[in-house]
Order: sequence, then structure tokens, then C-alpha cells
Amino acid sequence: MSLSVLNTYESVAANNVKVWFKAAPISKFPKNGGACIKYKDKQIAVFNFTREGTWYACQNLCPHKMEMVLSRGMIGEENMEPKVACPLHKNTFSLKSGENLNGSLDAIATYPVKIESDFVYVGFSE
Amino acid sequence: MKTILVVGNGMVGYKFCEKFVAKEESKQFKLIVFGEEPRPAYDRVHLSEFFENQDAKALEMAPAEWYSENGIELIVDERVADIDRTNKTITTAKDREFFYDHLVLATGSSAFVPPIKGVEKEGVFVYRTIEDLEGMLAYAAKLKAQNPNAKAAVLGGGLLGLEAGKAVMDMGLEPHIVEFAPKLMPRQLDSRSSQVLQLKLESIGLNIHLSKATNQILGDDGYITGMEFGEDDVLDVDMLVVSAGIRPRDELGKNSGLEVGVRGGIVVDNKMQTSDSNIYAIGEIALYNHMIYGLVAPGYDMAGVAVDQIIGKTETLMPSEIDMSTKLKLIGVDVASFGEPFMPAAKGHSIIFENKTQHLYKRINVSLDGKELLGGILVGDASDYSMLHQIYLNGMPIPEDASQLILPASEGSAFGSAMDLPDDAVICSCEAVTKGDVCCSVLDDGNETMKDVAKATKATTGCGGCKPMVADLIKESLKTLGKTVKERLCEHFDYSRQELFDLAKLKGITDYDTLLDEVGTGNGCEVCKPAVAAIFASLYNETANRQETIQDTNDRYLANIQRNGTYSVVPRVAGGEITPKQLMAIGRIAQKYDLYTKITGGQRIDMFGAKLNELPLIWEELIEEGFETGQAYGKSLRTVKSCVGSTWCRYGMDESVSFAVEIENRYKGIRSPHKFKGGVSGCIRECAEARGKDFGFIAVEGGWNVYVGGNGGATPKHALLLAEKVDKETAIKYVDRFIMFYIKTAQPLQRTAPWLEKLEGGITYLQNVVINDSLGIVKDLDDEMQALVDSYVCEWKEAVETPEIRERYTHFVNSEETDSNIEYVALRDQKMPKEWA
Repeated sequence: MSLSVLNTYESVAANNVKVWFKAAPISKFPKNGGACIKYKDKQIAVFNFTREGTWYACQNLCPHKMEMVLSRGMIGEENMEPKVACPLHKNTFSLKSGENLNGSLDAIATYPVKIESDFVYVGFSE
Repeated sequence: MKTILVVGNGMVGYKFCEKFVAKEESKQFKLIVFGEEPRPAYDRVHLSEFFENQDAKALEMAPAEWYSENGIELIVDERVADIDRTNKTITTAKDREFFYDHLVLATGSSAFVPPIKGVEKEGVFVYRTIEDLEGMLAYAAKLKAQNPNAKAAVLGGGLLGLEAGKAVMDMGLEPHIVEFAPKLMPRQLDSRSSQVLQLKLESIGLNIHLSKATNQILGDDGYITGMEFGEDDVLDVDMLVVSAGIRPRDELGKNSGLEVGVRGGIVVDNKMQTSDSNIYAIGEIALYNHMIYGLVAPGYDMAGVAVDQIIGKTETLMPSEIDMSTKLKLIGVDVASFGEPFMPAAKGHSIIFENKTQHLYKRINVSLDGKELLGGILVGDASDYSMLHQIYLNGMPIPEDASQLILPASEGSAFGSAMDLPDDAVICSCEAVTKGDVCCSVLDDGNETMKDVAKATKATTGCGGCKPMVADLIKESLKTLGKTVKERLCEHFDYSRQELFDLAKLKGITDYDTLLDEVGTGNGCEVCKPAVAAIFASLYNETANRQETIQDTNDRYLANIQRNGTYSVVPRVAGGEITPKQLMAIGRIAQKYDLYTKITGGQRIDMFGAKLNELPLIWEELIEEGFETGQAYGKSLRTVKSCVGSTWCRYGMDESVSFAVEIENRYKGIRSPHKFKGGVSGCIRECAEARGKDFGFIAVEGGWNVYVGGNGGATPKHALLLAEKVDKETAIKYVDRFIMFYIKTAQPLQRTAPWLEKLEGGITYLQNVVINDSLGIVKDLDDEMQALVDSYVCEWKEAVETPEIRERYTHFVNSEETDSNIEYVALRDQKMPKEWA
């Protein structure tokens, strides 16, 4: 794996979605936790933040050691900012902006999510 | 707009940039920085850490983006070759020319290689840059492939030399230190402290050769095979690291006619100006007061002076006396010296405390009238350094009997509180933060946590040695505001772990969301979730399967996550006792799933490289063969290590294996604030290393000795004797109560050793609680422990038999594919994860 993998992940804004990818039924995602979906060559972590009543999606790749693990991390919040903690070294990232909250790692890419008829859709620009 | 060029992107060069961009006036300048190494500035002080993780990024002072974000142009991999002072330009090795208004030389130093015959041979290295280390690593790997007992010597027993010694030891080579002087660290230590340090270093495996002048490097075929010190005095080595001091990189200054010292270094005044007023020199090339200062703190001060001088704050000057005090952890050994470490008898008296059995040495030098602390040396335990250093710096009064300052803590501490220091006392010498800065940050700016104070003042962000003192200052300052400092779990629970434990029990709460709703706020985080999960596990012996999203990833998937996101699998092998049939079963299963296998330190077998989707399949087969989970992933009982005991051993006093099997099966599955381990030895030879465990039993004439509160790891600690010569049932009862008491009162992720250290009254208090029932709780502790023992289930059996739980073990929820990013390379007939390129 090389840097080129990391570069394939770029945040998509809600108003920039060209494809709403029908990922999986909501029952596949644990409450207040995450699971990983595959879209083309991308691995996307999708989180069902039940306590907030919100869904989030981001790249599954942690930019620290370049492993595909973020979907297995715990989610939570810090000063009202929803976040995910990487299971490997507990680096935390905002689920909204993708920013690294407890260090100076690169931000991760985040993606919009919508729910329709009990199905989870993730928005992509291509 | 005026242009500043900085030549050199080391720690001091970087510090110049950092201090520069913090100034409002910096906007009127353009700053270009040249670095000759291929990467931005990194933390050379902690270079030996590179061996542990080989992560160059982790050592970075700041990432490359930092420079551009702050408007600094960083040019790496390009050496500055020449200065034209008349036209105020520099030329780089790539023949590019740049104009300057102000030029700052921060080229640092290079390793000094003495002119010894044969020093050019292959296998001789210096210890200075990451590239040097990479070269050493590659060579060491080659050596070890040919000869697993290869030896490496370090020439130089100073500070850096010993660091290098640690580095070659970490590479798996037999380490030798060769020093010309009759003692180690000749610049910092006196002979006696040097001997104490030598004893300690020898005890951890370093071979030390003093008073050795190297005549030549031996080796016929172009590579090193040994060192010759004199007639018939030869040391066979396969590799040599030269660490015999530093030489300033002053060629640029010399060639352009700046004034330089006789033994090198560019002469500067207290403005850091060289003989050309447009050119400054800082760090290890600056010759100030006829001295080169090879420490990072004075280098940082010089950077600050140069910044201020350039932006026009000309009143900032370098002080005439520079504090050369240092404290460091050398191969795990505290070494510190401050003020005047060696003192002529005419100036004062020394008080010396030496205990070679514990590898301890403390010396303080006081004035003849006994009123002033002039300096000192600490080896083995430097925990008093910060306070002694402050007393020295601020000329604070010392007790009439100055020996109280260094006597062991049990004699009562002579130190007051950190609050007694004057406001201008420098607490963090790396970042020059005073006590006043820290207190104001709390009192006036409203910062209340270490994190916030560190962010606001930069204190603790350098070497981190001042952390305990800063923590005290924050705590005391908050007290003066009438705020008590509460131990709180995190922003979501305003309670300590012990309080939360009691609350959950009292209210009978069994799930995280309810607990958060009833006694917490917000939506939780990665700190409180696993802590609460562990509390539920201790209260109800609930496995990690029910509330999987509040568990750490290891508990959530009942396996240990590894470097590449795959997992390892460890079945329980109680007491380390395993049948040939079970061994074959593990072998067969590991081979089937292509797993890397290794014997663990806890006498069992670890299988690495299982993909998430393979875990239930592997466990299904293991359970079929009669195995159960080893909880190697949990904050819970790991293993009870045993020696073979009286069943086979001719020295054995009792059956240690039987006891270990029984006790491991008793405590298996019990989750706790941190992992805990046990050991059982059949005699006092202690082959099971039971005293290095959280609990241990050692068979003696007439019964078992019971030890608690030991561990290996980063801060090794021997367990303390809880009870002597008791029978097996009593021994178990005491340890039951000890574990239960620990589970109920410890903080999250606190092991038994630090817990016992913090417990007021220590081991005596613990004996009173678990043996004499001083708190009247042993019945509760006994019942609670029995309830945990009785409710054990194998959580992997639960997982493979429950379809909803099995469903969690898939990499994608919308595809059957597995993670295509996992790649392996071959390693000694097995495999390992590929390094990320």
C-alpha cells in the first residue's frame, strides 16, 4: 500500500453529491458503533450515532499508520464535537470535519449519509 | 520586506522558526530555512527511540506543512555551501543563490571521529542522524544473519555513547562501551557515582571497558573485526559506533572569514551576533563565553535571543552564566547533575548517600556555612531533581541538616510545596516557563487541566520532566480559587472510577446508556466507555459480547488487534501445562489458517495474522479441541506462570504447577482496571518469576509465601510480601480479597503496583484490610469474588454459538470480500505484516 491510497479519499460536501450509494440495511450497523462498507475501491466507515440520532461516514483508513481500522473504533464526543477514536493508538478525529482532535495528523475525509426506507446511503462525488 | 535566512534545520534551527512566528513583528520578514538532511527537523535528543518504533515521523519537531502554514519556506536536502558577506548572499550545493538581510547559522555539530588507524573500515559508524541509525540497523541485521552472537562496541562512555550502547543492545548485538577516561560520563559524574552507574549498566547487560586508549581498528578484509588498545589487549567486535564527542560545523563561518575559536565554533557575543553584525550563530556552533554548549536548553535560549535581536527587541541578551544542569533517563536509569557537580573542598562540603545494592547515589554540595545548595549528582533515582534544582537556581534556604534533602523518602521529606518557589523560578527549562506563567495560566486565564496549561504555556511539551511539578502547581492554584481538584473519569462523568463503581452497584444499573443518562452528561467517549464496561464486568461478570460498542476493539472482537489491523488468537493454557495432543491441535489450526506462531512470555502460544472473518472459524475449531479463550485481549487475568515444581524438580518444595492451574482457572475471565498476572514458584529459586507479577506464591518450608503488587513492563517492580508460610487455602483467600479490593478501588488502567504505591499506608494497610479485616469488608470481598468465579463463561464459546454475535466478524457489511490492504512478507519460515511504504 502506498500514499496513493490515502490520496483517493477526499471529503464530499452534502451539496456536492453525485452518487448516493445504497450501502446496506440499517440493521447491519450496531447502535452507537460503526461498520465498514465497500464502494468501488474505497473502504468507508459508517457510524450509527444513535445517542445523537445522527449517521456519519468517513474513510476507514487511519492516516497515522495507514491501516483500515477506523470503523472498529469507539465513537463519542469531545466538547460537543462527535468523534471516532482509532482502535490502534486512540487518535481521535471529528466525524464532522475529519480533523485530528488530539494531535496534528492529517484530517480524514468525511462523507454525507442519508437513510431511506431503512437503508443507509453514502454520498460520493464520483 | 527584509529576508532572514536560517542555515540548519535541527532542533535549535526549528526553535528559531517557532519563536519567530510567535512574534507579531515576524510579518515584516520573509524567512527561508535550509536543511541538509532529507527531512524536517527532528528530536535528536530522543534518537534512540527510533530503534523502538523506527517511526521517523514520531520524532519530528513539526511536520513539513507546519512551515508553509506559517509562511516559512523550508528547503530540505540542500546544503548551504558558501557565504558572500560583501554582497550578502549565500550559495547552495545545488548552485542556487539567495540574498539575505540577516543570516542565522544553526548548523549544529557533527560527530567527532578521532584519527585512529583503520577507522575508515566498513562497520564503523557515527551516531548522529536518522540516516546513521538506518545504516547501523542494516549492518546489524546483516551481522546477525551470519552470527547471532555478534558484538558491537561504542567508542565513548559519555552521554551519547551510552545512548548508542542502548541502541546496539536493542539491535540484538552484544554491547560493549569503550571509554578513554577512568569513569563513565566524565563530564557529569564523579568517580563514585560513575561506579554506581557502571554497576547498574553491567547488571542490565552492558560490558564496560574503562581507561582504554584505542590504538587501531583491526580487520584485514576492509571491515572491522576488533579493536586494539595495547600490546595483547584486544577486543573482538563486529561493529563500532564512534561517539567520542562533537565538533561544531563551522566551515561556513571559517571560509567566509568570521571569527572562530581555536578549537572550532563561531564566536558570538551576548546578542548571538558573530563578528559580522548581520550574521548570527546559535546552538552547537556558537562559541559563547569560550564554550560550546552541547545541551538543547541553552540552544533554545540562544534562538530566542537571536529572534528578538533581529526583530528589534535589542534588550534581550544571553545571560552570562548558563545553567548546565541535566536530568535524563539513560537506558532506564535516572541520571542528573546540577549546579557545580564536583566541588573543590575549599568551596564547601559534600553530603553523599550511596547504596550500591540498590544502584543509588546522591550527592549534594553545600556552602561552607551550610546555608546554600551549590550543586549535586543523582544516579538511580532523580525524583528529587526538580526540587533540588529549583532550590539551587533560586538560592532558597535549605534545612539546617542538609542531609534531609537526599535521605530516602521514608525519613520524611524536607521539601515544601512547589508553591513555595518564587514566581520567576523556571519550572520547564526546555521552554523557559516560570512558576508564575503556570499559575497565571490557571488563576487569570482559567485553564484547569494539564492539557490546557500545556497548550497555553508550552510547559511540559519538551522533555516532559517537569510534569509532576506542573501538575502540583495546577492543583494548588485551583485550590486557592476554592476549586477542588476532583478525579473525574472524563467530561461525561464527574466521578472517579471508584465512585462510579459504587453508583452503578447501588442503583443496579447494567447498561452504559442508562448510566450515562442517570449520572453522566453528553454522549460518552473512548475514555469512559471501556472504563464503564470494565465496571459492569466486575459487578455482573458480563462478557464483552452484550454491549460490544462500549468495549475497546480488543474486547469487542475478543482478540488482540495487531499492527496491520489483523488479530492474534491465544487460547488459555492454564499454568503453562499443555498436552502433546493439544499442541498438535494448535499446530494444525495455525497451519490451516496460515498464522504466525510464537510462544508468549506467559507460557502459552500466540497465533498472529487472523483476519476478522476468520476469528469465529478458528475459535470454533479450538473450542472443538477443548480450548477456551485466554483473554489475552482483556483487562483481566492473563496467565499464572509456573515452574515445574516438586512433581519433577529435585529442588521443588511443593506442587507449583497444580497450584498455578487451579488459581488460573479460579480467576480466569475476571475483568479488572488493568490486566493482571500471577506466578507460582515451587521453591525460593523462583523460576516462575512470581515476584514480578501482580500476585505470586512461592513454596517455602512450612507453606506458601504470598506476594502482591509486582509487575514487569515499563516500570518493573517486585511484589511485596503479604503473608508468610500460610497454607494453600489461606493463600488463595488473601489473594481473592486483594484482587477484589483492587478491582473496586483502583483507577482505570492502573495496575496493582502503582495502586499499592498510592494506597495510603501501603502494604501494612493492605494486610490490615485483607488479613485483619480492619474495614469489616472481607465477607463482602469473599462473596463478590466467589460470585465472579461461579459465573464464568467462555465468551468465545458464547460468540461462536450466537449467530448475531458471529455476524460482527466481517470486514465489510456489504461485501464478502476481505481487506485487500493486508500484505505479508516472509520472515524465518513464517510471515509478518509488510511495512507501509
